[in-house]
Amino acid sequence: MQLLEFQAKELFREYGINLLPSIASTTIEEGRKHAKELGYPFVIKIQVPVGGRGKAGGIQKCQNDDEFELKYPQVLGLTIKGEKARAILLEKMADIKKELYLSLFLNRSKRCYTIIASPEGGMEIESVKNQIIREVGLGDVSEQVAREVAKEMKLEGKAADYFVDILQKLAKLTVEKEAELAEINPLAIMQDGSLMALDGKFVTDDNSNFRHDELQKYQEKTEIEERAEKSGFSLVELDGDIAVVGNGAGLVMSTLDMLTDNGGKPACFLDVGGGATTDSVYEALTLISKMNRVKGILVNLYGGIVKTTVVAEAFLKAYDDKLINLPVFARLKGTESEKAKEMLKGSRTKIYDSIEEAINSAVMGIKK
Amino acid sequence: MTDIFKLLRGDPQDSDYKKKGVIVQGITGAYGSLHAKNMMTYGTNIVAGVTPGKGGQKFEGKVPIFNTVKDAVDATGAKISIVFVPAKFFLGAAKEALEAGIKLLVAIPEHVPVRDTMEVIDLANKKGAVVIGPNTPGIMIPELIKIGIMPATPFKAGKIAVLSKSGTLLYEISDALTNSGFGQSITIGVGGDPINGTRMIDAFDMVKDIPDMEGLVVIGEIGGDSEEMLAQRIIDIGFKKPTVAYIAGRSAPKEKRMGHAGAIVMGTYGSAESKVSMFNKANIPVAKRPSQVPVLLAGKMQQSD
Repeated sequence: MQLLEFQAKELFREYGINLLPSIASTTIEEGRKHAKELGYPFVIKIQVPVGGRGKAGGIQKCQNDDEFELKYPQVLGLTIKGEKARAILLEKMADIKKELYLSLFLNRSKRCYTIIASPEGGMEIESVKNQIIREVGLGDVSEQVAREVAKEMKLEGKAADYFVDILQKLAKLTVEKEAELAEINPLAIMQDGSLMALDGKFVTDDNSNFRHDELQKYQEKTEIEERAEKSGFSLVELDGDIAVVGNGAGLVMSTLDMLTDNGGKPACFLDVGGGATTDSVYEALTLISKMNRVKGILVNLYGGIVKTTVVAEAFLKAYDDKLINLPVFARLKGTESEKAKEMLKGSRTKIYDSIEEAINSAVMGIKK
Repeated sequence: MTDIFKLLRGDPQDSDYKKKGVIVQGITGAYGSLHAKNMMTYGTNIVAGVTPGKGGQKFEGKVPIFNTVKDAVDATGAKISIVFVPAKFFLGAAKEALEAGIKLLVAIPEHVPVRDTMEVIDLANKKGAVVIGPNTPGIMIPELIKIGIMPATPFKAGKIAVLSKSGTLLYEISDALTNSGFGQSITIGVGGDPINGTRMIDAFDMVKDIPDMEGLVVIGEIGGDSEEMLAQRIIDIGFKKPTVAYIAGRSAPKEKRMGHAGAIVMGTYGSAESKVSMFNKANIPVAKRPSQVPVLLAGKMQQSD
């Protein structure tokens, strides 16, 4: 899961990484109280799980009560890359000398944790040329290694000491919480020579959730997502009008691509996992019935051992129960497909021999 | 480099040539028993099962079950194991297998924590063992040996090597290849996790020198940079056999995990564009949809004639 800035900072604080005073709120009433505690000037920062907040106006300086009353509701009302504000963080303004970059991430091709550091911070790391990259195995960063990185960063004296301390703490946090990414950008050198984490990004390995009860408070799930997870489905909601259902992540991604190529707009990615049964397909249809934007359902099931009649039963049951009243365009590869077609005759589910035909019919059918 | 064919098939002088023994860890579970039966039907020589507490019993009336992998290895001499335990028990099961002398470990479970996978790979490297997966459909030489959960019908013996991150796309594309007359010499599911025991590039190194291989199909998806690394290797060694790629997830939004733990684009890292452009650089055509793969492969074959 990806933590919001203020959540990442809670973890940073717990591990002793230097931070500016800050407080998170979700209403202006709470915010007013925090403004008094914090004192002007401070920065109002929108909390959304995507980057590019500054450009979108989600980070605003605030000098006095009048500005606060104007800007707090503005920032709270923003939607950035489709994401609404989860909270607002008020953070004390700082006197910065220089901005650096520091992160630890799971290096997939090298199969180890890797430090990326740069004397140029505050922008997206991909656009920074001057990167210091250091592989650190399972994430153990010794003081010596941290010193070497500080030296490459051309840090000296107090700043170097602070850097070594923060890097080691960040590594400990990364390993203990099983993060895929722990990023401080910018990591600021203050006028007094100390270092502070001004922003934080933290992505954990969902598959290790069972070992981290302490992180579950950060889990943010809609009712639909929760039900999907319970059934062992993978679900990503999208903003189009054709729901895409299939078995296997690769197959469903491939179906989204082909639908998009043909001018269709996917409403969701729904992978029902390994074997499709009447129950699992019925539950998938139940979840889709809760998404208002959906005008049609595209189904792509590849089953070597799946009986397509079993899947057909789920569609018929969903119509009988008045769960859905949507057209379904299905490509079912598996056994008994002739019988399944017979069963669905006269219903709103049409079975096609190839996914290309199903997609074309779906795109045409929805337009009508 | 591990000779994967030696492990899977053996040499003609071996007493177990073309019938290498395979141990199934978790053979009495619902999933493990279903696929153990399917593998036996396919002709895979399942020599033992492992389920703690069920040692001494028999699976399907003939395959002996042991309490530990070590007991199973001692009794059968098998070097291959396939693991069906739940994700949270994978680390223990995999370590036990590698300590017992298993040289090829096929890791089926999905949702294994990355840290556990890294620990298993570390141990496998020390033991000189190969790990396929986790979150893999498995590995097979069609019509000879199937160690995995793939259905039998899409595959046919032949001369195309297929490497895939995805299970269902492996079936789908192999089916299309088979229908176009392209059988497969070997198929390897590298898995959909961020960290793979056998990466695309390792799988490629295993198959690139197969003497009678006539072509290679690479089925990738968004996330990570294993496709880019593979394309670079193909350029570096001047690999000339007809190769075709497919990449799933072109239309997926950034920073969203698309079903597989590893299928996520972070910034530009892991994007489909990056993979497609590297394949283009390596002169490898990338199919727009699965059914196009055999068409492009046939085209490449003609060029090289």
